[in-house]
Amino acid sequence: MSIPELEEMARKCRVEICKMTHRAQAGHPGGSLSEIDILCALYGSRLRARPDDPNWEDRDRFILSKGHASPGMYAVLAEMGFITHEDLKSYRVKGGVCQGHVDMKWCPGVDFSAGSLGMGLSFGMGCAVAARIDGSDRNAYVMVGDGEIQEGSIWEAAMAAAHHELGNLKLFIDCNGIQNDDFCEAQMRMFDIPAKWNSFGWAVKVIDGHNMEEIVRSLEWMDSITDKPAVVVAKTVKGKGVSFMENNPAFHGAAPSDEQLQLALSELGVKA
Amino acid sequence: MAATRDGYGDALLALADNPKVVVLEADLGKSTKSLHFRKAHPERTVSCGIGEQNMLLVGAGLASSGYIPFASTFAIFTERAFEQMRNGVARPNLPVHLCGSHGGTHTGTDGSSAQSIEDLAIYRTLPNVVVMHPCDDVSTKALTMQLPELGKPSYMRTARNKTPVLYDGKEDQIEIGKGVTICSGEDVAIIACGVLVHEAMDAAESLRSEGINATVIDMHTIKPLDTDLIDSVAQNCGAIVTAEDHSIIGGLGGAVAEYLVSSNPVPMEKIGVPDRFGESAGSEEMLEMMGLKSHHICEAAKRAIARKA
Ligand SMILES: Cc1ncc(C[n+]2csc(CCOP(=O)(O)OP(=O)(O)O)c2C)c(N)n1
Ligand SMILES: [Mg+2]
Repeated sequence: MSIPELEEMARKCRVEICKMTHRAQAGHPGGSLSEIDILCALYGSRLRARPDDPNWEDRDRFILSKGHASPGMYAVLAEMGFITHEDLKSYRVKGGVCQGHVDMKWCPGVDFSAGSLGMGLSFGMGCAVAARIDGSDRNAYVMVGDGEIQEGSIWEAAMAAAHHELGNLKLFIDCNGIQNDDFCEAQMRMFDIPAKWNSFGWAVKVIDGHNMEEIVRSLEWMDSITDKPAVVVAKTVKGKGVSFMENNPAFHGAAPSDEQLQLALSELGVKA
Repeated sequence: MAATRDGYGDALLALADNPKVVVLEADLGKSTKSLHFRKAHPERTVSCGIGEQNMLLVGAGLASSGYIPFASTFAIFTERAFEQMRNGVARPNLPVHLCGSHGGTHTGTDGSSAQSIEDLAIYRTLPNVVVMHPCDDVSTKALTMQLPELGKPSYMRTARNKTPVLYDGKEDQIEIGKGVTICSGEDVAIIACGVLVHEAMDAAESLRSEGINATVIDMHTIKPLDTDLIDSVAQNCGAIVTAEDHSIIGGLGGAVAEYLVSSNPVPMEKIGVPDRFGESAGSEEMLEMMGLKSHHICEAAKRAIARKA
């Protein structure tokens, strides 16, 4: 997909994120809106996967470790044809494929059952090791939140993946500066995040996580790294695209009201 | 209606007069309700970021230095620090008080990853650890207020959603380790904890209309178990039903069954989450789906009564 096409896909996904959380009156719009440009770029321009055969063994894996940001992933899966737009209405509804947190047992195209932060990178490492043993050139891509990297298990995986020189393991950190209760700066300062990953033996690149061209270029860069794991540290804005959600900790885990939805949709270019 | 987690938050604030009380958070203070303490006493609140394992052992260090730490996160995420709780807290018998909010399937649409259904079972296996699961905000507050005097570690599960208030003005009925008899009948005893205490009361009500008289017990402390009370209801009623929003394996039902088989066995039925994970659905939908509603309790009561010799 071209850059304008990816941007249009991201806009449509933003609309769905707002609608899904509004319909459920629950869920996590903030972190879904901050990750969505990267997810669209990955699925639309890079990820080796078959919507009509989601369990194809030699697919690239995508692991949304920050599994609360599921509306973003569901919206992308619907755009790509893994699930239908009708399925999006099942978000947080009894029996629906769109469970509160992404779940590989429930939703086609989901490779990891998330919900506990700090687990996806280790899981991704397992997928990367399996690909290596299989002699396959498939990759494992993982997305974590910036709050999430406070979990100790992330650093166990970071050290192990570098030790094993897993060039097929690729990580995105959605650095939106906000976690559950407050800004990361107030909850747990992380100081120099790129330097930390660098010192753990990873290839590191810092990008603007809302600039589609930069994101696509960073995906190409990631795939060019084959001798060690690579991480893209994406500077993002939590709630990006909806003015009253942007950089607002209140919209980590709160749904828009009826009026807020209308405002959000008009800002996202939906005609009333 | 009020949420038990609010009772916990109120209690922490009320305990702040004790200068040894400190609060530990793992980025869920808004949810577990420790945030009120944090706002009033930032100097005695330690943010551990999203790092539950670190939080438990920071608590152990504080306790070993004479402080009384209260640490909280979702019930499910306390489990990540289970080994820290076991070897770092329970083994040296350090008074760290752990609270797991959002326990059980009643938590709702967050789905299976957030619905802890095993916390009571696993913490119950740890020597020295007191395990509680109160049913309303008043008793949650009353139990929490007693913890500084306990002198050993504890785990308390609170719930996300609101439940009826039962003990308004009756705080003095609440004592760690002592079950509360809510109503008395001689046909069957329903021993419940947490959210299911209210379902048990509804069940007793409808059983009464069918001429069956049930005792209802709020067993807010699962360990140490009030075995005197179990002895007396086993004797008086001759049939027992346990009810909990927790796995059928190892929780309140497990505890009561373990005691009964080696003391005074009577027919017993267990209401709990069958051996499966939950899923996304509303609180009431979850209780129905998992077989935890009052009508399920009624059926279990009749089964237990039918098994009397
Ligand atoms: C182990 C664990 N602890 C706590 C939580 C509760 N929780 C859900 S989202 C969240 C904040 C996540 O912040 P971040 O990783 O920055 O995500 P984002 O800002 O992208 O939404 C927390 C603490 C969890 N899901 N898992
Ligand atoms: Mg964040």
